[in-house]
Amino acid sequence: MKARLATLLAWVIALLNVFPLVWMALASFKTEVDAIHTPPLLFFHPTLENYQAIFALQDYTGYALNSVAISLGATLITVLIAIPAAFAMAFYPGPRTRDILLWMLSTKMLPAVGVLVPIYLLCRDAGLLDTRTALIIVYVLSNLPIAVWMLFTFFRETPRDIIEASRIDGASVGETILLVLLPLVLPGIASTALLLIILCWNEAFWSLNLTAHNAAPLTAFIASFSAPQGLFWARLSAASLLAIAPILVFGWLSQRQLVRGLTFGAVK
Amino acid sequence: MTFRRLLGLCASLTAFAMASPAWSATITIATVNNSDMIRMQQLSKEWEKETGNKINWVVLEENVLRQRVTTDITTKGGQFDILTIGSYETPIWGKQNWLVPLDDLPPSYDVKDIFPSVRQALSANGHLYAVPFYAESSFTFYRKDLFDKAGLKMPAQPKYEEVKTFADRLTDRAHEQYGICLRGKPGWGENMAYLTTLVNTFGGRWFDEHWNPQLDTPAWHAAISFYVDLMRRDGPPGANSNGFNENLALFSTGHCAMWIDATVAAGLLYDKSQSQVADKVAFTAAPIAKVPNGSHWFWAWALAIPSTSKNVAAAKSFLAWSTSKDYVALVGKTFGWTVVPPGTRASTYANPEYLKAAPFAEFVKQAILTADLEHPTAEKVPYTGIQYVAIPEFQAIGTQVGQLMAGALTGQMSVDEALKQAQASVKATMEQAGYIQ
Repeated sequence: MKARLATLLAWVIALLNVFPLVWMALASFKTEVDAIHTPPLLFFHPTLENYQAIFALQDYTGYALNSVAISLGATLITVLIAIPAAFAMAFYPGPRTRDILLWMLSTKMLPAVGVLVPIYLLCRDAGLLDTRTALIIVYVLSNLPIAVWMLFTFFRETPRDIIEASRIDGASVGETILLVLLPLVLPGIASTALLLIILCWNEAFWSLNLTAHNAAPLTAFIASFSAPQGLFWARLSAASLLAIAPILVFGWLSQRQLVRGLTFGAVK
Repeated sequence: MTFRRLLGLCASLTAFAMASPAWSATITIATVNNSDMIRMQQLSKEWEKETGNKINWVVLEENVLRQRVTTDITTKGGQFDILTIGSYETPIWGKQNWLVPLDDLPPSYDVKDIFPSVRQALSANGHLYAVPFYAESSFTFYRKDLFDKAGLKMPAQPKYEEVKTFADRLTDRAHEQYGICLRGKPGWGENMAYLTTLVNTFGGRWFDEHWNPQLDTPAWHAAISFYVDLMRRDGPPGANSNGFNENLALFSTGHCAMWIDATVAAGLLYDKSQSQVADKVAFTAAPIAKVPNGSHWFWAWALAIPSTSKNVAAAKSFLAWSTSKDYVALVGKTFGWTVVPPGTRASTYANPEYLKAAPFAEFVKQAILTADLEHPTAEKVPYTGIQYVAIPEFQAIGTQVGQLMAGALTGQMSVDEALKQAQASVKATMEQAGYIQ
């Protein structure tokens, strides 16, 4: 009985979570009038006109390629920097390691708009406005605290003796990280990387402010379908579905790795 | 190589050079996403073909666009060659020399064909800084079927007391039919746009001649009390979340008997593909309360060139093309005359095809022509602008006061309290900005 209740509860929560997505997908196949119909329509004549209009107006592929390049580029660099940082903090902590970790996290508490003008000016002077490089640099810097914290937690779960044994056997620091530590914490690294990709993919503030046309990712693509006048829900739903489709597929394919990583070390 | 061959080569090169455009450039345009701009995007291929230039479009939601272009222009980022800005920003940015003056447009452009009130709104220090893409005022939309059924008659110039009586009669909450829909979403361009016209016609003003805020005056009190009372009795639930789009959705799905808002909504409400009440909608002037001054607003979306643009010549060429009489005709021929950019040119309103297709045309024209930006209130004021005050601080002031008015609407605070707080907050901002010593 208890198990059944738990299953039912899980289903209710899952349905509540997935409902906005399903509703958005349905709205994307409605006409604008159907999309705002009251009471809301569950049965309607589906149309592809929103998708046709989107492809006629905007270069979806260009935006999608920018999103892929920026997300993967920023994630790769973040992970490459975060691994040695987290390794040092997990296995060779100094007296101020905890303070440094907390300080790193505190940088995430600063509202992004507070540093918009200085970062915009820096990008302008470096000739980086409307380039993928600018977004990659900003994303690396803003996601580094999360990556270091996550990897630090995963690394700490690894028995210290294994690291010390490999050092006694003559392995260098690099070899210890590459050949001993990484195979052990691969699920943790994979889930960190996946989370970083999702964070980069969904980031809208910097992508809207630092890009114009050449480097604009899918978040800028969605923003272009929200209208100040007239009805736009159906078209915006179609644009949103197109924008999240790649990351949704990616998440679906890698969910096993993600769950394994997130529950890594949870049960001993 | 013989002389004849050399001559031939030179001739070929000359012919090629002549056939190619004299110069070609890529311009970046930042714009809002509304149906007029989407049509411009589609038709701009003609201009690209004609000139050999290319356009990169950056289309953003209005508030995002405003933040984006403000950041770019104030930091001289130089990301855009053409900006879509409103009649609020144009004079402020023009005075700062952030925009390229547009005084040298070709005679064929016929600047004088643009309505004087529109030109005035887009000028500063005697220079035209932006050219209008479309302009709008505000008026009253109503459902003539509901009025007929209730035996009511909407006057050509309604009074707010009459509007209140009509709204009371037509509210039927059991059937989700609300007597009136008005903006309640906080924001200087949202609830405060409407509320400022309401305060104007109640005889109020934002500031006296010495920039002292006037929000604690009886006129403001009467206007806001009237609004809160009317909306609580006859407005839709959750009205503090309703801006232009939400009210458009409510009206076009048959939930509102009256709606006072932008004239640009007429084209959308008469469009059967977007409105369920297309054959039931009628319109009349914006209501007045005590004085006629500032009872209906004026707004123009315009195109301007930032002074940081590296392609001024190409940008000017596009501005002249996209706001010309020929462009209006091109929209009319391609998409139908109902949807040509309204409110900008006298020639559009002299065109019989447009007058035939748009029953609201004459009303819109009159509303725009009678919108007096220089004298928006009954008493003297040191500012221009009807539903806004054309000073840089107004975005912050308007949004802050808008939040307090939304608080009064939801009952979080009384009208007295909201106005008292608003007065104190605006006074502090104006003192800090140096307007009041």
